[in-house]
This record gives sequence, C-alpha cells and structure tokens, in this order.
Amino acid sequence: MSERALEKLAILADAAKYDVSCSSSGSDRKNKNKGLGDTGAGICHTYTEDGRCVSLLKILLTNYCIYDCAYCVSRRSNDIKRAAFTVQEVVDLTINFYRRNYIEGLFLSSGIFKDPDYTMERLVRIAKKLRNEHNFNGYIHLKTIPGASQELIYEAGLYADRLSINLEIPTTSGLKLLAPEKDHQQMARPMDYIRNTIIQTREEKKIIKSTPKFVPAGQSTQMIIGAAKESDWQIIHAAQHFYKTYQLKRVYYSGYVPISNDTRLPALGTAVPMVRENRLYQTDWLLRFYKFEASEILNPTNPLLDLDIDPKLSWALRNMHQFPVDINRASYEMLLRVPGIGVTSAKKIVAARKFSKLRVIHLEKIGISLSKAKYFITCQGYQQQFVHLQADKIKHYILSQSTSKYIKGTSQQMQLF
Amino acid sequence: MECKVLEYDGSWYGLLTLIFEVYEYKYEVSAIINHQRAELQSDFFAQNARITTNQQKAERVMKGLKAKTGAQGLTELYEAYLSEIKGVEMLILKAVQYYFSLQQAGHKNYAHPQIIEIKKIVKSVSRERHRMKAFVRFQRLSDGIYFALVEPDFNVLPLIVKHFKERYADQQWIIYDGKRNYGISYDLHEVNEVIFGEEDVMVNQKSIANGWHEEEAFYGKLWNLYFKSVNIKERKNTKLHMQHVPKRYWKYLNEKL
Repeated sequence: MSERALEKLAILADAAKYDVSCSSSGSDRKNKNKGLGDTGAGICHTYTEDGRCVSLLKILLTNYCIYDCAYCVSRRSNDIKRAAFTVQEVVDLTINFYRRNYIEGLFLSSGIFKDPDYTMERLVRIAKKLRNEHNFNGYIHLKTIPGASQELIYEAGLYADRLSINLEIPTTSGLKLLAPEKDHQQMARPMDYIRNTIIQTREEKKIIKSTPKFVPAGQSTQMIIGAAKESDWQIIHAAQHFYKTYQLKRVYYSGYVPISNDTRLPALGTAVPMVRENRLYQTDWLLRFYKFEASEILNPTNPLLDLDIDPKLSWALRNMHQFPVDINRASYEMLLRVPGIGVTSAKKIVAARKFSKLRVIHLEKIGISLSKAKYFITCQGYQQQFVHLQADKIKHYILSQSTSKYIKGTSQQMQLF
Repeated sequence: MECKVLEYDGSWYGLLTLIFEVYEYKYEVSAIINHQRAELQSDFFAQNARITTNQQKAERVMKGLKAKTGAQGLTELYEAYLSEIKGVEMLILKAVQYYFSLQQAGHKNYAHPQIIEIKKIVKSVSRERHRMKAFVRFQRLSDGIYFALVEPDFNVLPLIVKHFKERYADQQWIIYDGKRNYGISYDLHEVNEVIFGEEDVMVNQKSIANGWHEEEAFYGKLWNLYFKSVNIKERKNTKLHMQHVPKRYWKYLNEKL
C-alpha cells in the first residue's frame, strides 16, 4: 500500500463517521481451519474524543455519489475531496488492523457510483475476498445499497455478519423534501427479502446442518434525528414498526450534525440534539429490554419525550396508581418498571429475595438507584411515604437531588428557541 | 481448637489445598500468608502451618464447589484469587465455608456481605480482562511475531489465553505482562508461559520499536489517522472519552501517544 492510502483513509473514514452503528456482537462465526479471527460478544477497541466506541474499521469504499440527499456530506452537489479505495486496499487495511488487535472487523459502506448493482457488486467482492482468500472470520457489516439486485444481496448475506440499510428520515414527507430521489419502498423491499431469507435459512439449518450462514447478526437501520422536523412519536413508532415487521436487531438514532447551509435543514452551528438522541435511545431500550410498548410512552397527542427526565421515570409519574411496588413480592416485569431499577438489578433482586426478605441496605448493595426508586417501592422495614404526593412534586424532588450531566446541554437547547 | 496462621505457595491449587486442610484438620484460621509475596512476618508466628500443595485435595475442593454452586461459583473464586488483593484468600475461604454450609447455591445471594465483596472484586477483574482484550496492541516484529506489552492492574493473562488463541490462530504472538514479568506466547500450536531473563533484551516500548517489521510504522500511522478521522468534533465529550479509556491505559494505545 502506498502513501496515497493515507489520504484516502482520511477522506473515506471522515465520510463514514456519521453512520453511528459500531456493533460487533451477535454473530456466531468462529475461527475455522486455523484462520484469522472470530466473532463474539463484541469489543470496543478504543473511543474517539466524542466518546463513541471504535469497534470496526468503518469506511466508505468511495464518497463519489450519484444522489443528492441534502443531509449527506457526500451528496453530489457538495464541493469536497473525493476518493475511492481499490478492493485490495480495503482488504489489506482490514487484515492488518485486525492482526494488531485494533478492530473487530470491517463496516463497509459506500456512495453510489454508476448504479446500485455496480456499487453493491464491489462491496460483495471485498467481503468475499476476505472470507475466501484470507479465511477471515472477523465481523463484517455491509451496507445494502438501495436498488441492488436480490442476487447480490443474497451473496452479500453469505459473507456479511450484518447488513443494514438506513431509513435516514422516518417520515415520507421529510424524505421527499430532503432526498427526493429516494423513497421508503426502496429500503423496505431489501429489508423484507433479508428477513425472509434469514428465517428460511434458520429453518433449513435445522434439517441440513451444513446450510451456509446468512446474515447471522441480523440487520439494522439508522434514522437521523432533528433534520426533518419529525416528532419523537414518529421516530419511536417507526422504530417499533421496523423491530416488529422486519425483526431488526437494532435501530440507531443519529443526532443531525449540521453540514450544509441548505435552508431545508438546521443552520450550520446549530447544536447537535444529543439530549434528545439520548432520550430516544433510552426509549428504544424500554421497547427492547423492559417490555414497553411505544404507545405507553408516547402517542400522537403527546408526541415529545421529556428532555429533563428519562422516559421510564416519565411513564411512572404518569402512572402513579401502579405504585408502590413491593420489592419482595412483585413480578420481574413490574420490578423492571420501577425507576432506578435496571435489568441487572431486577434479576439480582429476584435471585436474592429467595434467601431473605430484602431491606433498603440490601437494595443499596445490589446497586439500584435509591434516589429515584425510593418514591416507588416498599420493602422490609421501609414504608412508602411519598407515593401519595403529586407526580410533579416527586419530579421536583428527584431533579433537585440529581446533578444530571445533561442540565447544561438542556439549557443550551432552550436558549436556541 | 487453636487459631492458626496458614502459609501457602501462592498458587491457585495451593489455596484450594489450604481450604481442604481447613476442613481436614478443623483449623480456625486467623490469617493466610502467601509465600510468593513473602510477607516478612511469616516466620514470626510459632503456630504457623505450611500447606504443601496437593493436586488431589485441590481437585476435591473444586469438585465440591462445582456441586454446590456450579462452574460459575468456582470461576468467580478463581477470578477473585487473580485479583491479588490483600486479604482475598481469607475472603475466598469464608465464601467457601458459606457455600458449603448451605443447601442452595449461595453464590446467588446478592445480599450477603462476603458474597457482595467477592462479586465486587470479580467485577473489577472481569473489567480488566475485558480491557486487555480491547487494549492489547500488537506490534509486528521483524521476525514476524506480533508482540504486545501490557501492565494490567490484576493478573489477568490466564483469563485471556483462550480468546487470543482462538482469534489469532494463524499468527505467532506474545502478550507480555511487564508488571509481573511474565508473558503468554503462542507458537501456532499452543500457548506457553514465557519469562524474559536478564540476558534478554529489556522489554519496553523503545526496545520493541527497535525490533519492528518494516511495515509496522506505516500501519501505526494509518491507525492513528483513522482514529482522528472518525471523530466528530461537534460532539466532543471529553468526560465520556476519559471514562471509557482511562489515562493509565494510554501508554498501550498508539492512537493516544
């Protein structure tokens, strides 16, 4: 590889950084025949100064693109430096970074040059070369190019651990405004095909063990937050729809970083909506791990998440009639709904209460956040004395005791409006 | 019953033998002394008993523990032992006594003070193990070996052997613990412990760099550049960054040098 590779890497990593997915877990690919690499629980090998995990070599094959999506830094009308890797360069970078334990694998995306199939075919060729010529068993995440043929998507699925296709803008009207050359059907079609093929492969594998893997770590998508005036309800509703209909493993939320002075978008210098993004991730967790339905958290008449408190606390304060919860008797599902109790603590409570009745001191040791939970629970030796209070009073107490890392961020947001 | 100070050789099997003999001779234990760390006062006490490591006895304790708590309870105690925290042997002994006193699987009692203490240590050790999987940075030497120098807070190399052996099955590598002065070395077949004596070159970042393969500097530079290019400066969050990559690990990470 030549010195020119340095310049290409700088351009094509910079252009790929707005894709937030960096997951390298969930695949079951093991090292075979003394080759290179395997996959497992996923490892973050370092963190950038913005605090984001670096797990994969995340690059674009090229940032030349025939599309002109307003929110995208690689849009064809943008006057930026362009570059393209060769297939061999991407393979060399991946293998050499991997051997030094810098990364878990490759996340390869691309601008669309010539046409979707031409682009997809090159992504597939890189993954195929890594798997077949280098016996590389590390993690590969490929972007599905909208409009690529089913044959190519199928082939990509044979080599990749994960495929993803980004919705980017959750509303039809928003997409029409910002990316008039794209439509949601283009994205839903391959998702549907991949879901079906994953299910089919799973069934065939039960009968024929040698059935080749197909996208073993499933598919994911990403939505940009704050570019198209969409509401939290629209975002979460779309996320739930995609989790349920397409059995996605993850939906990522990417706070829009202003990169253009296009009047359709927030102006350059506008703050990245990081608090909102965080609240959306918390809501996403409630859907996936806490057995909540989107409609319990938001609805068309209450479409916005509270920025000052987390969505679970917000739900609890609207549903005070469900509390207090008795720590020593409540179901696991109900424990999960108590503010200040997470999945790990709830499991520990269920295990520990078999030995003795739990008291406040035990709950502290187990690691629940009592500053929140104390308003919603009873346990041995602790009578609930707050639950009759008005919900906003409890909220006031909790907020006055917490030193939220977001208070500064929130007030900045408020000043803008 | 007299109160004993027990001495063992510092090995895991030694500690398990010790536990066996506590039951065998019904010792009441006042302290446990690790020979490897050669606490000076050890000869001072007249009533010290020296434990001779015995594989059969150790394995019987392991078997008994597995029957009570499953493999998980046993693994937790082994990881706590690797922490090398002062007094951890006594804590392990007390935990074992608690497990053997119960019908149920006692390691699930998240409200028991000694179990909480064990879990806390296990969590720290496990976090350090994970960090080694993440922060080990191999540098390719001119003889083709991929070499990494680390100084983990706890003695976690035994816990990462399997991970690296499975992952880098087709390359020779050495991970060297500069703090404890031993390493693990994979020769394409198996992993062995290695110790560099005085006749060997001093192991430090400088001596490693002297032995670099001709490509090493270039890939180091590429990685450094990659690291800087994927950062979004509009989202700068130093607190979060420092939380994930604590400063004491920066010396391993060429992107942070």
